[in-house]
Amino acid sequence: MKTVNQGIEKIDAMSLLTGKAVYTDDLALENCLVVKVLRSPHAFAKIKDIDLTDAMKIEGMECILTYRDVPNKRFTMAGQSYPEPSPYDRLILDRMVRYVGDPMAIAAGTSEKAVDKALKLIHVSYDLLDPVLDPDKALDHKSIIHPEADYHVNGDIGNEVKRNLCASGEFSAGDVENEFSRCCVIVDRVYHTKANNQAMMETHRSFSYPDHAGRLVICSSTQIPFHVRRIAATALDIPKSRIRVIKPKVGGGFGAKQTLVSELFPALVTMKTGKPAKMVFDRSETFTASTSRHEMKIRVRIGADKAGHILAIQMDTLSNTGAYGEHGPTTVGLSGHKAMSLYNRAKAVQFTYKVVYTNTMSAGAYRGYGATQGTFALESAVNELSDLLSMDPLQLRLKNILKSGDTVAAYYGETINSCPLPACIQKGREMIGWDRKFPFRKISPTRIRAVGAAIAMQGSGIPDIDRASARVEVQEGGFYTLMIGAADMGTGCDTILAQMAAESLGCDMDKIVVSSVDTDASPYDTGSYASSTTYVTGMAVVKACEELKRKIEAKGIYPALSASATHSSPVSPPPFMAGFSEIEMDLETGETKVVEFVGVVDCGTPINPSLARVQTEGGIVQGIGMALYEDISYNPKGKMTRDSFMQYKIPSRLDVGRVRVEFESSYEPTGPFGAKSIGEVVINTPSPAIAHAIHNAAGIYLRKLPMTAETIFMTLKEQKTAWPSVLKN
Amino acid sequence: MVQSLDEAYELLAQDRNNVILGGLLWIKMGRKQYQTGIDLSGLGLNAISETEDSIHIGCMTTLRQMEISPLLLQWFGPLFSDAFKGIVGVQFRNLATLGGSVYSRFGFSDVITALTALDTQVRLYRAGVVTLSKFLNMDQKRDILEKVIIKKQVTQTSFQTLRKSATDFSILSVATSLCKGNWKIAAGARPSMAILAENAAGLLSPEPDEKTIKAALDRVVNELSFGTDQRAGAGYRKLLAGVLVKRGIEAICR
Amino acid sequence: MQITCRINNREFIREIEPDLLLIDFVRSLGFKSVKRGCDTSNCGLCTVWVDEKPVLSCSVLAARVNHRIVTTLEGLEEEAKAVGRFLAKEGAEQCGFCSPGLIMNILAMKKEFKTPTTDDIKQYLAGNLCRCSGYESQLRAIEKYFDLEGKNQ
Repeated sequence: MKTVNQGIEKIDAMSLLTGKAVYTDDLALENCLVVKVLRSPHAFAKIKDIDLTDAMKIEGMECILTYRDVPNKRFTMAGQSYPEPSPYDRLILDRMVRYVGDPMAIAAGTSEKAVDKALKLIHVSYDLLDPVLDPDKALDHKSIIHPEADYHVNGDIGNEVKRNLCASGEFSAGDVENEFSRCCVIVDRVYHTKANNQAMMETHRSFSYPDHAGRLVICSSTQIPFHVRRIAATALDIPKSRIRVIKPKVGGGFGAKQTLVSELFPALVTMKTGKPAKMVFDRSETFTASTSRHEMKIRVRIGADKAGHILAIQMDTLSNTGAYGEHGPTTVGLSGHKAMSLYNRAKAVQFTYKVVYTNTMSAGAYRGYGATQGTFALESAVNELSDLLSMDPLQLRLKNILKSGDTVAAYYGETINSCPLPACIQKGREMIGWDRKFPFRKISPTRIRAVGAAIAMQGSGIPDIDRASARVEVQEGGFYTLMIGAADMGTGCDTILAQMAAESLGCDMDKIVVSSVDTDASPYDTGSYASSTTYVTGMAVVKACEELKRKIEAKGIYPALSASATHSSPVSPPPFMAGFSEIEMDLETGETKVVEFVGVVDCGTPINPSLARVQTEGGIVQGIGMALYEDISYNPKGKMTRDSFMQYKIPSRLDVGRVRVEFESSYEPTGPFGAKSIGEVVINTPSPAIAHAIHNAAGIYLRKLPMTAETIFMTLKEQKTAWPSVLKN
Repeated sequence: MVQSLDEAYELLAQDRNNVILGGLLWIKMGRKQYQTGIDLSGLGLNAISETEDSIHIGCMTTLRQMEISPLLLQWFGPLFSDAFKGIVGVQFRNLATLGGSVYSRFGFSDVITALTALDTQVRLYRAGVVTLSKFLNMDQKRDILEKVIIKKQVTQTSFQTLRKSATDFSILSVATSLCKGNWKIAAGARPSMAILAENAAGLLSPEPDEKTIKAALDRVVNELSFGTDQRAGAGYRKLLAGVLVKRGIEAICR
Repeated sequence: MQITCRINNREFIREIEPDLLLIDFVRSLGFKSVKRGCDTSNCGLCTVWVDEKPVLSCSVLAARVNHRIVTTLEGLEEEAKAVGRFLAKEGAEQCGFCSPGLIMNILAMKKEFKTPTTDDIKQYLAGNLCRCSGYESQLRAIEKYFDLEGKNQ
């Protein structure tokens, strides 16, 4: 292949690297009104009154909008296909505020100074309510977070809103209790993952203006331009045809921009005033008033016979969706299905879950989308099981994992076409030097090095729901325009899709021009999330190009000759990964550093191996941050305690040792050129692999993230288990 | 920008909301609104110089200047580069000033921890020359920190710290020094401000044996107080103090 | 107040508010390469040079660059391309939002180190955060860039 499977530079690389003005805020009109939001200082309250008299006296103020000024139509901000599984539990501004940071008023003025001044002069009086901050106590709490009568769910998601239950459900295959009765070892533990912030470098931002026909144009840093159009129409109560959404270059998303965050505030201001308006979230707002990863507590029961055959797996997840239900009912599913499916030799599996509301910031989408949490839990439990069985943890996996050709009940009954997971494990084992290093080596009287491992899977798009179109057209001079609606957020999908088009059409990359998304011009696409773009949109591109080729063969080539195609996949073939960590632990302080992380990935055919590699390295490092220190916490009043890069530390380049990535590529027959996805699977293995290495170093199992030096040290001190014996070795 | 310290002080005294600008890093983050920012950039207070018996570091000297100063390296070893390298990044340290760091008296300050382990004085516009520890414990009267003066004597030093991530604040920082047979042990980010463990240091001889070191370590954890904040609990800090002080002493003895 | 300064080799005389920050000043003049990623001087995205030294433009008052020389990535187009080609080859720019600040600091490092070690690179660039790349591809690119620069000297 000439262009596919080549590490081609991104088509926008040099413009990004030389700092061209290509992002939302760079392109905003000069005369935009500055829009800011007054946010609730209380975790749970009802607004008695908002007095704007003093604030509106400030010179330069254009308008201040409150709950009195917004359409009374509930909606969800989750970027999902209609009908969304997330409940309709929001208004743009609500009289009830449900977390510290919930918007109470939208202020717009001609300068930032005027708006800042005005915000301080808005007087709000409240009836304070008793907040629900602990997810363990949310169910049937006397405070009901969503008592509103117009709360709405689109289907059966196991919702009982009066019990603060956003969603619940269960799945089982086989008879777990019967299988557990045949097990000779059973691990039964609870694993706890915290909320994390996606922390993309470009914060949320958007601007809006009326166009020549009086339609509303929203320009936004988003992963979901078409969902923004639909959701904004619902929220603003105007026809969808009256809205146009434009997506410029995006400075990272990781799921944070799979939810509407900033869009509706300037949009409402433009609607009310007829003027251009812009809102740029600062970093603190991006931490405290957007969406995070769902905090989950997952009980895992897993049992095996003496020979190490896993017979039964039971998982029960409690997920904290925060004040609103964005992505709540869906992320939780992945915590079970995308973990348990790995062990398809198990005779029986059961998965139950509950998603509860609390008065903390709404959770949402973050790379991995529940699979990350589930993988930490189940992979940690499998490592504990190997310990009880005195069996090499890699051997235990090779004995029990799914294989090509398997039909996997826990994976929605899908049949797996391509699974080189055993090869991934073998290659990683060699790369990290497992056989020499497992379980640990003492490198000084106080320092120890140890290795740990985990495996993971994800999906490639949402079957039958994700839908993408592509259009390719011959232009004068013999080049092609490729129109797509998928949203490149830095991942390079514009380039990857152009590679597929060039390969299909048998031309050079420079003959393909890719447009950015504009809902007026681009063909429909559900958006860039759920690891869908390469697999789903890619297939639409291939289909369109094949169609165009047929036309060219039949009619010859001439300008305006074009072809379009739409694709939706009935299956979601999982990519796989084996992750291996080597850590160094300082036994006197508990300080633990990742010396090396090896990831071996199967994403089917890597369309662009360079970009696939960087996706993997980036995902691994985010996973290391999650494992060791990233932690969203709240004080007793419900205020988030880490709301800046000063307090919420993401890994710097000094914090990661070597990261080495290899591919063990399979060929997925349902994907374009044999490709599956890569974007999400790569964040799943670091937490369990690092937890495993910590156990191998010190004999302690940490079942709650993050695993800080203090936790490690204090646990060691309390347990006094293997520590002294380790030191004697 | 002012033309003299007299002018700067006059402005400072005029209005409670006037403030001396250091590197601006912390002032910018605070919620307080200031009337007038007083800029000392034009007064030539951004240099490291030496006299016969001391080293003078002007208040507008940046942390980066100190970190790469051959003069400071010559007398105090890599104390400042070790102490400062974890402070955010080079660009930050090109702005952060010594005066701003010391005058703010932040508990987490690695700068204050390092200076505490040396024979350090500060010169204030009104109060004159006082020792660093006296300054740190003085009532916070409005004054201008003009420069830091460190006694020029060859000192063996070691800076030990533990951070959650490489550029985070210290969970605990310990600066240790040995000069003419006298030890100093300074511990900061406890999380309150750096302080000397004088009793422990007093137990140490110039070449302490293991038993003496052990006694000093026991003394350290009892003589200093530790607290809890977002970064760590008091109990952990206390245990950590023993380890970091031991490592500091050993690094110097080696 | 009025200030006079040179930005990217062009003189600017402007009337400014005393509390205007350098980042907002240079962006208002059209130097949009300068990005803001945080409110706490922690991310490094807004790195520019003042008198040839890399600083955080979010933490410098525009008033303080009066009679001084400011350089943004727009003023280093050729140098940026030279580094950029290496980053592009690795796919290291990803979303690109942190790239201008990173390249400004790489070029500043080049003035202090002829042949930086891996540790030098990591240490000097520690204040430049990136959430996409995991840093490994950036390191590959930067090492190759300095290898080549070293050979050219």
